[in-house]
Amino acid sequence: MSAATSGANGAVAETAVGGRLLPKLADPAAPLLVVENLKTYFSLDGATVHAVDGVSFRLERGEALGIAGESGCGKTTTALSLIRLLPPNAKIEEGSIKLYGIDLVGKSDNALRRYRWREVSIVFQGAMNALNPVHRLSDQIVEPLTQRLGLSEKAARRRAGELLELVGIPKRRGGAYPHELSGGMRQRAMIAMALACDPAIVIGDEPTTALDVMVQAQILALLEDLRHKLGLSLILITHDLSVIAETCDRVLVMYAGRVAEEGSVDEVFRRPRHPYTQKLLAAFPNIRADRRTLDVIPGSPPDLRHPPPGCRFAPRCPFAMPVCTEVVPPEVTFGQVRVACHLYPPGSDGTQVTTAPPNAIGATVPLVEPPPAEPPLEIARG
Amino acid sequence: MDEHVSSNPTPSTDPGPAADEILRLEGLEVHFPVRGGLIDSLLRRPRGVVRAVDGIDLTLRRGEVVGLVGESGSGKTTTGRVVVKLTRQTAGRVSLDGQDVSTLWGTRALRDYRRRVQLIFQDPYETLNPKHTIREFVMEPLVVNGIGTPAERESRVTDALEAAGLRPARDFAARYPHEQSGGQRQRVVIAGALVMDPQVIVADEPVSLLDVSIRTELLRLMLDLRAERGLTYLFITHDLSLAWVIADRIAVMYLGKIMEIGPAEQVIRSPHNPYTQALVSVSPTPEPRTAGERAKRTILVGETPDAANVPTGCRFNPRCPYVFDRCRVEEPPLFDVGGGQSAACWLAEGGRSLPVLPARPDPIPDPMPA
Repeated sequence: MSAATSGANGAVAETAVGGRLLPKLADPAAPLLVVENLKTYFSLDGATVHAVDGVSFRLERGEALGIAGESGCGKTTTALSLIRLLPPNAKIEEGSIKLYGIDLVGKSDNALRRYRWREVSIVFQGAMNALNPVHRLSDQIVEPLTQRLGLSEKAARRRAGELLELVGIPKRRGGAYPHELSGGMRQRAMIAMALACDPAIVIGDEPTTALDVMVQAQILALLEDLRHKLGLSLILITHDLSVIAETCDRVLVMYAGRVAEEGSVDEVFRRPRHPYTQKLLAAFPNIRADRRTLDVIPGSPPDLRHPPPGCRFAPRCPFAMPVCTEVVPPEVTFGQVRVACHLYPPGSDGTQVTTAPPNAIGATVPLVEPPPAEPPLEIARG
Repeated sequence: MDEHVSSNPTPSTDPGPAADEILRLEGLEVHFPVRGGLIDSLLRRPRGVVRAVDGIDLTLRRGEVVGLVGESGSGKTTTGRVVVKLTRQTAGRVSLDGQDVSTLWGTRALRDYRRRVQLIFQDPYETLNPKHTIREFVMEPLVVNGIGTPAERESRVTDALEAAGLRPARDFAARYPHEQSGGQRQRVVIAGALVMDPQVIVADEPVSLLDVSIRTELLRLMLDLRAERGLTYLFITHDLSLAWVIADRIAVMYLGKIMEIGPAEQVIRSPHNPYTQALVSVSPTPEPRTAGERAKRTILVGETPDAANVPTGCRFNPRCPYVFDRCRVEEPPLFDVGGGQSAACWLAEGGRSLPVLPARPDPIPDPMPA
């Protein structure tokens, strides 16, 4: 893979680590990606939407990080901020995004072009919208290779063929137009395009959401396979926690523009600490658990033009205490997990300070009615 | 239009098993002709057919939720469209309350049927006309069907909105769809179905576009309405785990046929058809799996074939990990495997269980079909 990249644009590439050429000024010892206190706001009808409001995380080489949350929690905005593919009314107000130690926030749009696709690429959800319907598949892959990497037409064609095979599309299908391919094949083509410039990080923004279960399983297996084969780092944005459980090493749960909880998938899924994570997990149907338990999160997320003071989940939280509506909970780290919740104050041992109120989390109640003889039960209202 | 079909069917007087059944599909087929080219017609070549639904039998009992599960191209949506009479079957029978309604067509003849069988679509953003208020949307079916006086219509709209959890109804009635959240819009769509006071609701992916936290409330609403109004649901979804939480029985469709049907818990816990087994194995759960568990997944190769070229024998045979000679030539019927569960697979003949597949290495090799 790197053989194709090395000839291109040699003036910029200076340092090589693990066969990869790093951008000028890169610190080979620095972590791959460190995001600190990222704030991306939208201006909408004269108001400011605090879409991403102080998000920090890091991504190591070869790691897969899942960013989870519901619509409007800021997960996509966080990802798009990384390569600044933001709509015109959005702006990164504060914070830093350091790739190999280089801060991308201060870079001009032009300077950022060196990083987009070549260091960080993205696979979007709707492959039909992202692919150009009037161009053949291989032509769409060849274009960035000739334009961004400066490959010759012939070399680019050869590389496009390799990329298609890599994602499981027979080379001869490269002559097809997007509409001639199935949804799964189009998503594979999108992945081939994202890999074209040999990036270090691939962001998948709901990459399998519109696909059938079996095709989703195929695509997720492909991403996993590519990650191991190419040493990629992956950021998977999805509302579907089960997809993260299947594919990622770590998970970052976002709520209303902030990090609720972050940690290893094993730890967060098996022992969720933040009440939002607990609720979200309990609201997911799980065919390997008891089907009579499905939780409801009462209310709806806050209006991010006027986010509530204190913890943003407090209005919906069954554990809310007076402090929650006044003070923003600090992020506290317990071993492999970081959690922002007053139930886990700094210095505590990471166990919840209060016990669950009756009929709340843990006390999950049936969705499906028990046999008619029993009195009907209510779903938790918190 | 047809003598033996009354436009006002009365409940079946048959005692026995038919008494509690409300909807029955028998040998249902929907074959769409493939439009041939000029050359084809000059040469009198036979035109192809897309066998969207290829002979299914399905009975819904009163007050039951049947989950119809399948991937794209399985024919699940077409089946739903036949039930609500938006698509004409090419063969087979549809009966409601013991009355054959197969040949009932046309707006007038269907007026009563449409009142009793309602459809809820997937996308509340597209179903609702942005220029109509919620009141206008919910009232429309009453107006179109000439039901009630203006005052009666108002009260039915209020009842329907409140039953769908939009309380107080007066506050919601005058609003426009864009002012509502996704969950509220889907409630408006449900109110639009309830206003006709139906017996059967065909719900096609009713919560698939909603966030999980909202989903549960809507599923709960649907089940509450069943309890209060004795509704029967045909719940169509691609999501096995969703069917599993809401349905009493699950029917799994593949390429126009029902591959397996039975009580939800049984179909998930002990699938007897290899396709169901594979679907269950890859259904993601919010629970990290060990490498050993992951290796036991059956990721099928390729995608559902084109319904214009249904494989001979068992239609699943080209992708089946258990395939043997008989599967390639002879199509298996649904075999009873006990407990009200049946599976269309030669390995299920006589109620046998599927043999255990050897675990595959992980990550799974990923070849593509030619």
